[in-house]
Amino acid sequence: MSKRASFASKAVASPYIVWAALFIIAPLLFVVYYSFTNASGDFTLVYIQTLPKYLPTFLRSIWFGIVATVICLIIAFPLAYIISQKSDKAQRTFVLLVMLPMWMSFLIRTYSWIALLQDTGIINSFLGKIGIHPVHMINTGGAVILGMVYNFLPYMILPIYSVMAKLDFSMVEACQDLGGNTFNVIKRCIIPMSLPGVVSGITMVFVPSVSTFYISQKLGGGSFDLIGDVIERQFQQSYNYNLGASLSLVLMVLIVISMAIMNHFSEGEGEMVI
Amino acid sequence: MKRISALIIALILALTPLELSYAASDSEIEALRGTKLYVYNWGEYISDGQDGTIDVNAEFEKKYGIKVVYDTFDNNEVMYSKLKSGGVSYDVVIPSDYMIARMIKEGMLEKIDFDNIPNYKYIPEKYRNLNYDPDNEYSIPFTVSYVGLIYNTKMVDEAPTSWKALWDKKYANSILMFNNPRDAFAIAQSILGMDYNMESDVAWRTAAALLKEQKTVSPVYVNDEVFLKMESGEDALAPYYVGDYLTMHDNNEDLAFVYPKEGVNYFVDAACILSGAKNKLAAELYLNFLNEPEIALANAEYICYGSPNEAVYTNPEYSYYEDELLYPEEGAFQTQMFKNLSPETLALMSTLWDDVKNYIPSGNSYASIFFGGEENALGADAEKMTAETVKYAICIGVFLLLCAAFLIFRFIRKKYRENV
Repeated sequence: MSKRASFASKAVASPYIVWAALFIIAPLLFVVYYSFTNASGDFTLVYIQTLPKYLPTFLRSIWFGIVATVICLIIAFPLAYIISQKSDKAQRTFVLLVMLPMWMSFLIRTYSWIALLQDTGIINSFLGKIGIHPVHMINTGGAVILGMVYNFLPYMILPIYSVMAKLDFSMVEACQDLGGNTFNVIKRCIIPMSLPGVVSGITMVFVPSVSTFYISQKLGGGSFDLIGDVIERQFQQSYNYNLGASLSLVLMVLIVISMAIMNHFSEGEGEMVI
Repeated sequence: MKRISALIIALILALTPLELSYAASDSEIEALRGTKLYVYNWGEYISDGQDGTIDVNAEFEKKYGIKVVYDTFDNNEVMYSKLKSGGVSYDVVIPSDYMIARMIKEGMLEKIDFDNIPNYKYIPEKYRNLNYDPDNEYSIPFTVSYVGLIYNTKMVDEAPTSWKALWDKKYANSILMFNNPRDAFAIAQSILGMDYNMESDVAWRTAAALLKEQKTVSPVYVNDEVFLKMESGEDALAPYYVGDYLTMHDNNEDLAFVYPKEGVNYFVDAACILSGAKNKLAAELYLNFLNEPEIALANAEYICYGSPNEAVYTNPEYSYYEDELLYPEEGAFQTQMFKNLSPETLALMSTLWDDVKNYIPSGNSYASIFFGGEENALGADAEKMTAETVKYAICIGVFLLLCAAFLIFRFIRKKYRENV
């Protein structure tokens, strides 16, 4: 009986396994293959050896990713909590509002930030009208981080919100009964319980922020590269799949490491909650 | 005699499945009804029926009953990568000159049967047999145009005449630059008086050094954003294609255009048939259709680039009839065409371009190799680059340390609590 059940469960899972093998595992293998071969398919380490040249770009991307993630977290955590405390109907509306921008193309939304941020743009002409000196915003690192925060914020809010919505409020009450003040309730009760959402939110914001290319090109003016720009250029412009693949490989390793660190955080907390 | 033998050959061929060169008969064209034709062209590069103009693809479908499946690309390299990586199959593609040379060399294009293109007669001698396709077997010119310098008359006091305006510190933070290596390098090469197609390492490195020098004025590297940025009056100077300048000028009267004295890139985009095209005859019909006088006129009006079609540019009703920017007198300024570069030079160009893009100039080294001044400007810049790297490394390091410290603190606290 149990054998048949396991066969059935395998049968059910098989489409997903085939899907994963075709579209996740196979491309990863291709990336590894291309990183260690040259254009004619022979084994080479040339592309891996050129990578130190891109160290500044890697560091810049990681730093931008960290900053964007931290800002997203600071905005999203209270917001998700506030939403989760509303009535059901209000919650649905708020979640819809968070999702609403995602109905429009990411590219168009980023592009419109140019019109907002540029020196003659909407924000600066408004500032000029009310007599404040215009601020140079476009084509700076700050604009790129703003673009990242704006685009990836929903990916932080939604997982935190979905955990918080299921949060058992009697726990919070128990915490208060035990004499916890607001700070302690948040620190010892809400944060630990919503941590799985926070961790997946951080991953979902950090990974696309580190690897983004469109935002930095449009809002950063293309005068400094993020690693995504370099990779995109190798594939699209230079037709150098091998260098592009080696850069992607390093990026993937970095992301796996950072996710491992993140999982460590949530594991530790999991024990504490139990 | 010739006609009879042609007829006999045509008859024989009609009975055999082999396809050889002969003008298509009406019945063959009729047989294509219901088939599909895959066209791959630049974005915004065909009259699409907006504001009562002719919708070229719809007209073609109406005339021949062949469905046009139309896709667009933003630049030659993207188009090339996509075709080369496989997985797509198009019949008609419209690349630029140097890319056509490369594609011919790599066997990506199919010879066109000019018997099926009677409208080729509208293409005058000066646009035939150009260097990228010396015997004119693979391509039919679609547009011809030049690169030049667009400037905003409200922001630039005196009309620039040289590409060096793009290096002028006066306009720092309001200079735009091409975000593709070939066009960007061409500007530096013009200033340096070099050939665009040199196969010399030193020459390309010198041009790259000049492009790095430009970073002291913080140019913004753009593709299509140039329209938004120039039309809104955000930026003062931008190198771009003359046809697009005319479009921008319609939206912002303050813009003006000049062909810099150092010389500019002259380019031809031409329609080609890809090898392995599944619907070659339909592709030829399409190429012929593009050169129908009224269709070519509609396209020329829409794209605003120069037309190589005699029936268009000699038509007094054409909005840009004898326009001095689109159809300048020959020899009015220096021009150069791009040619296909060797794979080594292309690889070098990409690497150098990566370097240019990632280069951070030291604030005070405007003086450069070319404009005269400090000899070791590059050394100082290398230091600046390391300084930036160190800054990010420290930031990330501190962040990681904080994370680690937090984890260790929690671990110790846990142990402490367990003991208590």
